[in-house]
Amino acid sequence: MLTLLAMWALFVTIPDFISWAFINAVWQTDDSKDCQVAAGACWAVITEKHRVMLFGTFPYDEHWRGVLAIAIIIILAVISGFKRFWSYRLFLVWLVATALVFLLLLGGVFGLKPIGTYQWGGLPLTLLLFVGTVVGGMPLAVLLALGRRSSLPAIKALCIGFIEIIRGVPLITVLFMASLMFPLFMPEGVTINKLLRAEIGMIMFFAAYAAEIVRGGLQAISLGQYEAAEAIGLSYWQKTNRIILPQALRIVLPALMSDVIRAFKNTTFVSIIGLFDVLGATATALEDLLWVRYALEAYIFIFILYFVFCFSMSKYSAHLERDLSEGRNL
Amino acid sequence: MKRVVIGAAMAAILAGLAPGDATAGPTIDAIKKRGTVICGANGNRAGFSSLNSKGEWIGMDVDTCKAIAAAVLGDKNKVQFIKTTSSTRFTALQTGEIDVLTRNTTWTLSRDAKLGIDFVAPTFYDGQGFMVNKSTGAKSVKDLGGATVCVLPGTTSEKVVADVFRENGLKYIPVVIESKKELNTAFFGGRCDVHVQSTSGLSAARATVAPNPEDFVLLPGIYGKDPMGPVVRQGDAQWRDIVAWSVYAMMTAEELGVTSVNVDEKMKSKDAETQRLLGVKGKLGATLGLDNDWAYRIIKQIGNYGEVFERNLGADSPLKLARGLNNIWTKGGLLYSPPFK
Repeated sequence: MLTLLAMWALFVTIPDFISWAFINAVWQTDDSKDCQVAAGACWAVITEKHRVMLFGTFPYDEHWRGVLAIAIIIILAVISGFKRFWSYRLFLVWLVATALVFLLLLGGVFGLKPIGTYQWGGLPLTLLLFVGTVVGGMPLAVLLALGRRSSLPAIKALCIGFIEIIRGVPLITVLFMASLMFPLFMPEGVTINKLLRAEIGMIMFFAAYAAEIVRGGLQAISLGQYEAAEAIGLSYWQKTNRIILPQALRIVLPALMSDVIRAFKNTTFVSIIGLFDVLGATATALEDLLWVRYALEAYIFIFILYFVFCFSMSKYSAHLERDLSEGRNL
Repeated sequence: MKRVVIGAAMAAILAGLAPGDATAGPTIDAIKKRGTVICGANGNRAGFSSLNSKGEWIGMDVDTCKAIAAAVLGDKNKVQFIKTTSSTRFTALQTGEIDVLTRNTTWTLSRDAKLGIDFVAPTFYDGQGFMVNKSTGAKSVKDLGGATVCVLPGTTSEKVVADVFRENGLKYIPVVIESKKELNTAFFGGRCDVHVQSTSGLSAARATVAPNPEDFVLLPGIYGKDPMGPVVRQGDAQWRDIVAWSVYAMMTAEELGVTSVNVDEKMKSKDAETQRLLGVKGKLGATLGLDNDWAYRIIKQIGNYGEVFERNLGADSPLKLARGLNNIWTKGGLLYSPPFK
């Protein structure tokens, strides 16, 4: 019965959707009046506004630098996905690449026009915030998780306090603290870049949640593993690095990947403190009175963009899970 | 209760900090050293400040900021815009993150007195207006007896509607709709006869949502007061003067008929005030701590007030706003610049 209902609903809606989205749609025009006449979707809004949506207030003639930055980040992310590249060298490559991306966007060297961080926006900003959050937050999360299980009371209390305070407030509060309250506590004349403040806030938020996930993994390792490692004379860090963490992280991989994907989506929150991420830039781009009617089409484009990123991450996570449990009876 | 306490605490923190910032030293020195003027902008209000298809800032408030940059630094493009929200705008000003707030902020006593900020020279006078479909035949608010009125709950508009209809002894049927978007759709879809909002908001809605904008008219009369203009930190008198007189220069230029097109011609004008405005005679620029061409640059690079208005809000923009209150005083508006003497 439900199947029939669902099929009927699809039967009713799909032809309309197809004629709206494809048959009667306007694909290319410079004049929004052409869209007003047409009965279907106005995809031309994306051709008209895609530069603002993808790059925000980044200077128009310098958009190639943004494209290059996106390319570097995506290519490196794909390379990092292959197990055979996993080594300390990869970490160094990431450091170099991040520095390169920053130089590329900031400019001021090699004849590149300097561009202040206040002009950064769109997809490069979203990706940069995301990569920064994960790369900076993951090590912090592991340290917090280890610290919370530490036998030293001071470290333990500090870690518990940090995790619980951050987990006790919404991300928006953390961002508002970073962007509004923090400058008030600073001495006069001292300002820390707003982008950096937001990034640090997001790293702290991500780390607090990821730490609890990692701690779950640490607790799942049987006591025998810890004792065996100590019995063969490994130091604390050797034990942690070689025996405990590899097993623990494998156990929590699905949960951790969920958190990473959520971190990607959380980057949209920065628009409330005045930074133009992809979604914020799109909302601003659609203020144009000539094109504001076609917000739906633009948001469908953004939906597809986010879906591609998030879905490929979750697919990769599933693949990694299978890969890592090969030869094990899980 | 809790909210009140937190609010009070925040206000105390803000108030406590404000005097400290006031002595932060001349803003103008910092600007000259930096090479740019930093303005707080809205970004989400068409006509006032938004982005064009190239990602560049455009709008009335944006032009105010550019005028200040042209006066101080000689180039209208030496500006930085920091996007602020209605909750972050005052803090950004107090902490020195921005030099001047150009973000359609309404001048009220409590804001002026409490926040350690100064409102200077309103650039736009707004108020609540009534919009109807032409087919109703209404010529003024008095013709609206028994009409259905679309309003947002809990807004100034709702109060204005109640007051206006009571004063005129007329009855009306309110249609209260929670979301602004749905409210617009409802009105232009014919669900109610009258739409009440700020006049600039109404014009924007007419230009964007209405299927046939020509069918809708704003009735004469504006209710309530919303003077909006640039805002600066308290305590830097020179900077405050520069911001104020940059705005006045554009208004005076319109009064004297000086435009971005004829400004070079007007340099030869015999009129004493024109000569003082353009720095041909006198040393008005030096009194502000600027050079004598400061106003010339504003007019040459940005234009006079009328040009700025028409470009962003008026006939040359999709908003098609009438000058109304935002006309110079000799033409029945409220724009009245002190003399350039």
